[in-house]
Amino acid sequence: MNVTLLTPQIDASQQSHLGFIDCDVHPYFKSPAEFDEFLPQKWREHRASIGGRTRQGLAKASNYPRMSPGNGQRMDAWPPDGSHPGSDLSFMQMQLLDKFNVAYGLLAPLVGGSGAERNIDFGAAMATAVNDWQLARFCDADPRLKGAVQINIEHEKAAIAEIEARAGDRRFAQVNIPPRSIEPLGRRRYWPILEACAANGFPVSLHLGGTAGHASTGGGWPSFYHDEHPSYVQSMAALVTSLVCEGVFEHLPNLKVVLVEGGFAWLPALCWRLDNTWKALKTEVPFLRRKPSEYVRQNIWVTTQPIEEPERPADMLSTLEWIGIDRVMFSTDYPHWDQDDPRFAFKVPLPEDWKRKIYHDNAMAVYGFE
Amino acid sequence: MSRHVVALVEEIAPGTCKVVTIKGREIGVFNVNNEFFALINRCPHQGAPLCRGAIVSRLVAPSPGDYRLERQGEMLRCPWHCWEFDIRTGQSWCDPDSVHARTYACDVEPGEALAKGPFAAETVPVEVEQKYVVVTM
Repeated sequence: MNVTLLTPQIDASQQSHLGFIDCDVHPYFKSPAEFDEFLPQKWREHRASIGGRTRQGLAKASNYPRMSPGNGQRMDAWPPDGSHPGSDLSFMQMQLLDKFNVAYGLLAPLVGGSGAERNIDFGAAMATAVNDWQLARFCDADPRLKGAVQINIEHEKAAIAEIEARAGDRRFAQVNIPPRSIEPLGRRRYWPILEACAANGFPVSLHLGGTAGHASTGGGWPSFYHDEHPSYVQSMAALVTSLVCEGVFEHLPNLKVVLVEGGFAWLPALCWRLDNTWKALKTEVPFLRRKPSEYVRQNIWVTTQPIEEPERPADMLSTLEWIGIDRVMFSTDYPHWDQDDPRFAFKVPLPEDWKRKIYHDNAMAVYGFE
Repeated sequence: MSRHVVALVEEIAPGTCKVVTIKGREIGVFNVNNEFFALINRCPHQGAPLCRGAIVSRLVAPSPGDYRLERQGEMLRCPWHCWEFDIRTGQSWCDPDSVHARTYACDVEPGEALAKGPFAAETVPVEVEQKYVVVTM
């Protein structure tokens, strides 16, 4: 038979990770006007007449456009009606949630621009709108999808109010904080927001994607997307260093931080370096009573995508052990171009008990799913 | 090995691809400047539907800043991670010695010859005066 339709064919019996928890799923809108019903009239008019003012240089385009259409979407993720990848729940169910029998999908909405908005009152209003939008369009329609509370981190009062308003609503699993903030995230000015997350039982997810006000590398603005994409690793390393060295985890020992879209193989080397530096310079940070790596192992989790593919595939096993098998959680990043397929992302067979933890148990514990 | 009539020649315009299923396997049949090639619709990296990707040229640069466009319309870029494959050979651009997309023999045959068989015409009816794309696998 000659057909042009692609039918996913998966042998369920061979897929021990079916039923996994996906720690990075991107919902999208069919039209930005979808947010209007969740915005007060004042901000609806503001959105229409003035629009967003983000901290990155360009208002309506990415600083580093991706090669794939839609600014970096998986090319086969466009729904049949031509709407944006991630905007059609039934198509997302077909390609991801039902296909792999995903137990939970953690939403990371990169829409609405609330996190990087320079007009912080508008940013706060958009955060609330995107939170309501996630519930209405995705979480209520498919309870496997868990929302992420959006906030504008520069509007402390509104951010804390939003976190408190969503506390106890199990449709939300965590708080998204845009990781390329104006100052390093561990600075004390951000502590009240981090305190609110910890007090209300929300893990904080730090999801990288796109640029913010600062150059994305320590050496300035890259020339190519090829330079920019690996800069996520630098940003993640800077976040971990700031959170640890400022004493956030000494202050908030129960704060959970989940790093999303930064890979993970860089983390052991960073911990080795931080531990060495701490031995020499601890009088500068006397409030750090333990080695930096101990805070990392207590408070920080990593997600896998974009996964590293070591030259010798078995080196992945050592890398995972160095981080700790309990700290790693699988993520696809659906429907983006650089997403990982749960069947083929690891290029080396993992022991069964590692798989169970990475694909399922670790996220169940971090997010308190039952 | 058997031969499968998959399309009328006119059905696959230059620069396009038709995905067909032969023996349960999805195969992309490409027309590159009126030559036909068949590749498996599965990326060897992470299993993406390869033939849904963009058909592109090979951009080379003998030195930084010196860009040259070669092999126009002869490369296939995976719809997920943008790995590129030579449509003629299935060789990957990133690691040509060890990463390949599987290819299948693909020929153009006149209906007259096909009418003599043996071949599997399946859903493409063969008329003697037409030309057809035939995949062997």
